Amino acid sequence: MIRVSHVTKRFRTVVAVDDLSFSMEQGESIALWGSNGAGKTTLIRCMLGIFPCEGSVSIMDIDVRKHGKRARSLVGYVPQELAFHDDARLGASILFFAHLRKVNAQAAAIALGKVGLQGHERKRVRDLSGGMKQRLALAIALLADPPIIVLDEPTSNLDASGRGEVVETLCSLRDLGKTLVFASHRPDEVLALGTRVLVMEQGKLINDTTPQGLWPSESRVQTLRLYLSMGTDESAARVLRDAGHAVNLNGHGLCVSVPRNRKGEPVSVLAKAEIEVRDFEILDEVLGDAPDCAEPKRGAQK
Amino acid sequence: MTTLGVDRKSNPLNSDSNPRSQGNAGAHLSCLGSVIGFARREFRDAISSRWFILYTVAFTVLAVAVSFMSLAGSGSHGFAGFSRTTAGLLNLIMLVVPLMALIAGVGTIAGERERGTLLYLLAQPISRTELLIGKYIGLAFALCCSMCIGFGLSAGVLAWRVGGVGLSAFAMLVLFTCGLALAMLSVGMLLSVMSRRSSVATGLGLFAWLILVFLSDLGLMAGTVLFKLRVQEVFAIGVLNPLQAFKMAVIVNMNASLDVLGPVGMYASRTFGSGLPWLLALVLGVWAIVPMVIAVLVFRKRGAV
Repeated sequence: MIRVSHVTKRFRTVVAVDDLSFSMEQGESIALWGSNGAGKTTLIRCMLGIFPCEGSVSIMDIDVRKHGKRARSLVGYVPQELAFHDDARLGASILFFAHLRKVNAQAAAIALGKVGLQGHERKRVRDLSGGMKQRLALAIALLADPPIIVLDEPTSNLDASGRGEVVETLCSLRDLGKTLVFASHRPDEVLALGTRVLVMEQGKLINDTTPQGLWPSESRVQTLRLYLSMGTDESAARVLRDAGHAVNLNGHGLCVSVPRNRKGEPVSVLAKAEIEVRDFEILDEVLGDAPDCAEPKRGAQK
Repeated sequence: MTTLGVDRKSNPLNSDSNPRSQGNAGAHLSCLGSVIGFARREFRDAISSRWFILYTVAFTVLAVAVSFMSLAGSGSHGFAGFSRTTAGLLNLIMLVVPLMALIAGVGTIAGERERGTLLYLLAQPISRTELLIGKYIGLAFALCCSMCIGFGLSAGVLAWRVGGVGLSAFAMLVLFTCGLALAMLSVGMLLSVMSRRSSVATGLGLFAWLILVFLSDLGLMAGTVLFKLRVQEVFAIGVLNPLQAFKMAVIVNMNASLDVLGPVGMYASRTFGSGLPWLLALVLGVWAIVPMVIAVLVFRKRGAV
């Protein structure tokens, strides 16, 4: 379905994606996991043919570099940074994308209904909340009912309730046989949606595993957000990784995935390394409470 | 939000909508559809934007003012009002229209790139060429509409006061002004494609305007004196500037000769004769097409980065 072969993307001297290869079959749901700057977003953009890159990417045997337009017609994309024309109205925005995807206004109305945005067509995009914009992006991605959905941190702007709804929607899509590729910083999302996890670090693929392989005691995993003293984030991440924790730096503190009964461990590890933890919060509900679809489809597993 | 019930029958994998099953005609129609989609949106965005309204109002007010002043200067009826107004408008157009078109052009791709909307657009099933051409057509249409409003009101004033004397020269002025706007829009889009930030693109656009409007004339004068250029060389260099080509084309249409421009004009009139307006129109056409072709090539290579 998707073949990524020796993809390398350089921005001048920085190698954002480094000789990365993988392939996936129809119905699979792949999570791209890694800290900020690991190359997840760049990889997604290379896969969509937005960024020129070395190596090759094919979607359903269509070479993205040679036939990008044809390949992209098979993919619905939800970006990390939601960039719509702020002055446009929601209805006009989705109609514009419906036109690009060669579907009619009725399909646009149905897509809006599916994400709960019906009745908001007259609102200007600038007046929408972050969550509504995220749902608009999802509606646009679903417009032409593409077989592949690519999502770059699809719940980053949503509250807990909105996040649950989006994950539920994506689960139903996966169960209908759609192929999903998504970048995420949230273990609960990966466990609920993913059948495979590609762990990336500094542009390299360092592990191709399953969510259960990455978090063996997933039913008890929670995410802690640690607020550290200025300038210690990078060193703290290194110390925690060395101690075997899954760590993400996401610009709003340092997120660590830990078993529910060992929440104090990261704080203790950092204290030993003389890194001050100013504050912390628990982000997730226990993963055992994740939606029913947390169990990956057996048939789709590699 | 509801759980999705996606109809498997409508899956592109199972239907004729699979692009691999589309013929050439379908692909061309698909391209045309995308171009029209972008053109419509660009037109709508342009006519609702402040810069566009401001330029349209300014151009209209100035055009009508020039018309009134031309009539006041004539002192009586029966004077060739359209021809006199055409001459009066010429200098106004050479200042305002290139600025208007360049500023419109430089904001397109650089602005989208800066806002992050370009990445999202390029993730859709469209090609970079379709995006660029669609935007060009939409903006070109908006600019032509803007100028037609100004010219239309000006023509209305003149027709009311002096009748239709010199109307053909005025009509040619409108036509060549549209040609000039398309040429400058094309240059603006090239600058936009080459710029990462809209502020840089705007700076480049203003610099290009300054060169074309003022510095090229001064440079040509200085070059003529310094290098003792012959008339044919001065004409060849002068006509490379789209503004000069536009000016000569309008004067030719008013007077049927460029003798008013001195030896260079006389040389051009005698050498090219009745083909001169076509040559000048060709120069504007080349300026409207070549920068746009380069813009497409650069954009295809560079994309959203």
